[in-house]
Amino acid sequence: MSNAKPKVAFYWCSSCGGCEESIVDLAEDILKVVAAVDIVFWPVALDFKKKDVQAMPDGSIAVSFINGAIRLSEQEEMVKLLRKKSQLVVAHGSCSHLGGIPGLGNFWNRETIFRRAYLTTPSTDNPDKVVPLEKSVVDGKELTLPRFYDTVYALDQVIDVDYYLPGCAPPRDLILNAVTAILEGKLPPKGAVLSPNKSLCDDCERNETKPEKLTIKEIKRPWEVMLDPEKCFLAQGVICMGPATRTGCGERCIEANMPCRGCFGPTDQVYDQGGKFLSAFASILDTNDEKEIDKIVSTIVDPAGTFYRFSLPSSILRRKKLEAVR
Amino acid sequence: MSNGPFEPKLVGFLCNWCSYTGADLAGTARMTYAPNLRIIRVMCSGRVDPQFVLKAFAEGADGVLISGCHPGDCHYQEGNYKALRRAKLLSKMLEQFGIEKERFRLEWVSASEGVKFQHVCNEFTEQIRKLGPLNINQNGGNHEQRQA
Repeated sequence: MSNAKPKVAFYWCSSCGGCEESIVDLAEDILKVVAAVDIVFWPVALDFKKKDVQAMPDGSIAVSFINGAIRLSEQEEMVKLLRKKSQLVVAHGSCSHLGGIPGLGNFWNRETIFRRAYLTTPSTDNPDKVVPLEKSVVDGKELTLPRFYDTVYALDQVIDVDYYLPGCAPPRDLILNAVTAILEGKLPPKGAVLSPNKSLCDDCERNETKPEKLTIKEIKRPWEVMLDPEKCFLAQGVICMGPATRTGCGERCIEANMPCRGCFGPTDQVYDQGGKFLSAFASILDTNDEKEIDKIVSTIVDPAGTFYRFSLPSSILRRKKLEAVR
Repeated sequence: MSNGPFEPKLVGFLCNWCSYTGADLAGTARMTYAPNLRIIRVMCSGRVDPQFVLKAFAEGADGVLISGCHPGDCHYQEGNYKALRRAKLLSKMLEQFGIEKERFRLEWVSASEGVKFQHVCNEFTEQIRKLGPLNINQNGGNHEQRQA
């Protein structure tokens, strides 16, 4: 059984599965990866169990790619186990890197999320008002479920993380570069985000259409206007997270004529993507009149959810104040 | 500390040219005012990155004040207008985080307005005293104990 190939594990936590898809999307390149490594754990594709991981010696996995945010006690337990067994842990994708879309749950808590998901959505049919319980008794037998936390966490808030692969989902070239760097031992310093450290605007093809002095009089949501396929989104009055977002994504959204939503997170110089974007965005609003500012601000429907779409759990405030959640 | 009556912890970012000088005037004129505001001097209210405000709240501030030159008086032409635009948007966003509007203030205080500075300090302190502690400290109560 023993061979010299490095052992690799993939695991998913609170995520949509898109990051697993990003591995499969390596297409024929995955064969090169498979030829170079031994995949020892990959629940979405291969039939290994937790006990198989428990039986491995500590540090015997060369690298674990973990996607998804931490929302359940089970996820915390699994990533702690993988951390113990792995030399390197890579946070794969926005959710494990920053908290991601599931991280928007930090505007709520367990109770309000359960109420909405199991009781009040129009499509819910739950006359007995059953909500998940950590312990319940059915036919005299006790059943257990993992604990659902009030707060969603990014991976590095729960375990030590060596590298971050950003993106929702990370693009194929970044994954391949990361795997190659690991196999060849040519890794950057610990803690690095494996994508260029500059903003998306630096690479954006539309940058040239940005006026000398960028100003916005009126804010439009993408569905309210016919978007010019070549012009800078901000110059069209549409919120684009490009200025506060790391590049390296290949501008997939921009090419599809949609503004950047910020999935790559901030650059190394920025602590808080939402705060920094707010700073940049407010400064280009084209008025000094208090009433007009109020009017423009009132048209930004959900600033927190827009500016922290992918990064709420890893932001400075991390969540809505718990006692303020209703 | 924790057992005594609640004393608001306030952080104030004051611009070098007007508000800090105004605060200094209040001091040299020996005006008395609430000692709750911890003052940080910045070159311009437009220099105050919203991240500073978020960080102050996350680290235990019960209220944050930004103070700059009156509109039209900015040493750098329009830094204070930038501060105004940011403050309006930030204030809306802070409410989404459960931080009441009253906890974040923007005030114009000129270099000659020591009295206004005194008044702002006293009023802000009393307002936050009534609201009570924010309790959003990252090391404190805003997160559950995950481990049983």
